Amino acid sequence: MTAQGSYPWAAGFYDDGDRPQIVTSRFRYEDSHTLERYHATGGYEGLRRALERTPDDVHTEVRNSTLLGRGGAGFPAGVKWGFTPQGVWPRYLVVNGDESEPGTYKDRLLMECDPHQLIEGCLIACYAAGLSRCFLYIRGEMPLAHERVAKALDDAYAHGYIGTNILGTDFSVDIVLHWGAGAYVVGEETALIESLEGERGMPRLKPPYFPAAIGLYGQPTIVNNVETLSNLPFIALNGSAAYTAIGTETSPGTRMIAVSGHVKRPGVYEIVNGSTTFRDLLYGDEFCQGMREGHELKCFVPGGGSAPWFLPDQLDIPFEGRAAGSAGSMLGSGAVMVMDDTTDIPAAALTLVKFYAHESCGKCVPCREGGTWLYRIVERIVAGNGTDADLATIREVGESICPGNMPHAASERLGLEAVPFPYKMTTICFVGPSAYVPIHSAMTLFPEEFEARVTKRAVRTTIPVAAVPVGGD
Amino acid sequence: MSRLTDQNVAIAREIVARYPKKKSALIPLVHLSQQQNGYVTEDAMRHVAELIDVTPAEVYGTASFYEMFRFEPTGKYLINICGTMSCALMGADDLMHHAEARLGVKAGSTTDDGLITLQHAECQAACTEAPTLQVNYRHRFRVTPTEFDDLVDDLRAGRLDDEIPPHGTLGRNRQRIPADRAVGAVPPDEVDGAPAWVTIQEDQP
Repeated sequence: MTAQGSYPWAAGFYDDGDRPQIVTSRFRYEDSHTLERYHATGGYEGLRRALERTPDDVHTEVRNSTLLGRGGAGFPAGVKWGFTPQGVWPRYLVVNGDESEPGTYKDRLLMECDPHQLIEGCLIACYAAGLSRCFLYIRGEMPLAHERVAKALDDAYAHGYIGTNILGTDFSVDIVLHWGAGAYVVGEETALIESLEGERGMPRLKPPYFPAAIGLYGQPTIVNNVETLSNLPFIALNGSAAYTAIGTETSPGTRMIAVSGHVKRPGVYEIVNGSTTFRDLLYGDEFCQGMREGHELKCFVPGGGSAPWFLPDQLDIPFEGRAAGSAGSMLGSGAVMVMDDTTDIPAAALTLVKFYAHESCGKCVPCREGGTWLYRIVERIVAGNGTDADLATIREVGESICPGNMPHAASERLGLEAVPFPYKMTTICFVGPSAYVPIHSAMTLFPEEFEARVTKRAVRTTIPVAAVPVGGD
Repeated sequence: MSRLTDQNVAIAREIVARYPKKKSALIPLVHLSQQQNGYVTEDAMRHVAELIDVTPAEVYGTASFYEMFRFEPTGKYLINICGTMSCALMGADDLMHHAEARLGVKAGSTTDDGLITLQHAECQAACTEAPTLQVNYRHRFRVTPTEFDDLVDDLRAGRLDDEIPPHGTLGRNRQRIPADRAVGAVPPDEVDGAPAWVTIQEDQP
């Protein structure tokens, strides 16, 4: 079957209904990726406005907008820019376009459908934060994004938007398109920097390697997500007040979310922050329109593969970071994956455990060894070869990655109270814990599916092969 | 012949010049070599090492970390079938079984004619259009078994040559920074002071 969506050139994207659009407003045009269309729809006007003001002024405007990072951590971008140490130059901008969290896709669409909006956002960030070179790191498995962004960069250079003395001012910056080569962990900002330096993509220890202080080539570096930067042209053009008028006080603006799995109309939607509940998203007419015909919701992952799972009990929680956190999960990168009553829960969890085990970079032992252990154990349980000792072993391995209480959702059926996010971890980055999160959620919320699966009794594995002579001969 | 061609050396030098430190060009240059040869050869890694002043072992050390680099001959078409959660929920397993049967190879291997390599893959960022696959990283959405068969027929007949370049080609166009507009890459220790447009009061105590 062909791809679905409001427009054939933006597979999976829907903009029906009456929602304000900040970053997807041009997706309706087939030529949205061209400079001609960008110019015809107010493009680069935000940059012109910004260049008429001082960099500090523009930085203040962005800080006042409370624009939150859209990569997963949700940290305010304007505050992040302010963390660079005084008087240390040069400073760099690294754009994180290595989108690969399971369930997530928004950055790919933003790069394919509106590359100039991203470029304008990069320029505004560089101007405001004094960043003198920009590296746009795009996931290798997205050649269409590479092609569109490369063309957009060429056109923007030719029109004087990038390079020396931009639009006749003192502002000069290059934007360099960089190709990734396939590694999930590179989405972590310090691993991204390692990769950009030509190294294996392994995360650095924080502290001391906070990118804003010691980043690319040891210099102060701002790492921002594609969607975050794509919001800047709107803020520069319309002001922070227009931006904060949309959404909630703590999470203004909109965000792009992808809802996939067993719903009637899976799709990518730009929603106003705080305006919807998960029930609206999964069942609303302008969103997913309910579950597949004849089936009921069993559970869903609310924030990308690394997020603890929710049950139908949690449908009325608003799609908002704090609410999701106190209910035992997180919104992460804006990806909801929906499972109906036909889903084999251990098998579904296995797909994610396998993913994170596979993507471990191997730097931290609990992740490298523990992730693989979890994968092997869950795989044998799913295959029907699990034993009654396996469930305890999973928890033991999990404990070595995430010591202490793991967050999980409340369940009326099981009489469970919610344990709020986050968790403790023994690894540098979130890949390790992410291998445990899905299997922990699945075992906590659906214990009976695992107990039914492990029908074999564990046997001692230290049975001697043969009698050992004592005392030699 | 698997060192970079003269034409590609020219492209490589242009890429190296964009980075304040040469080693940053390692991944782009290994991509370039894979585009030329279809996979990453030992000679190509030696050549890349020369171009960025590192050892061949450092090139291999970095390149071997990344999934997209292949170190053995690979089909002209690399078919990656996604098996992560959203695709798995929508029948990725069945699609893979069908693909293996249709191509007569197991995932991870190449057809006898050397044309198609089949692989398991992880999330391809098209989760609402599941199950998905990529041919040389070009997406195909909501793929049914019949559509898979049609795809294979089309690839074999060369009907998709315009749309899908041979394995290794990342983008059909690449960024060109015009010399008269480029700011240029300066090694960080040769930069002193704030850039011209930044108000200087920040540098004062």
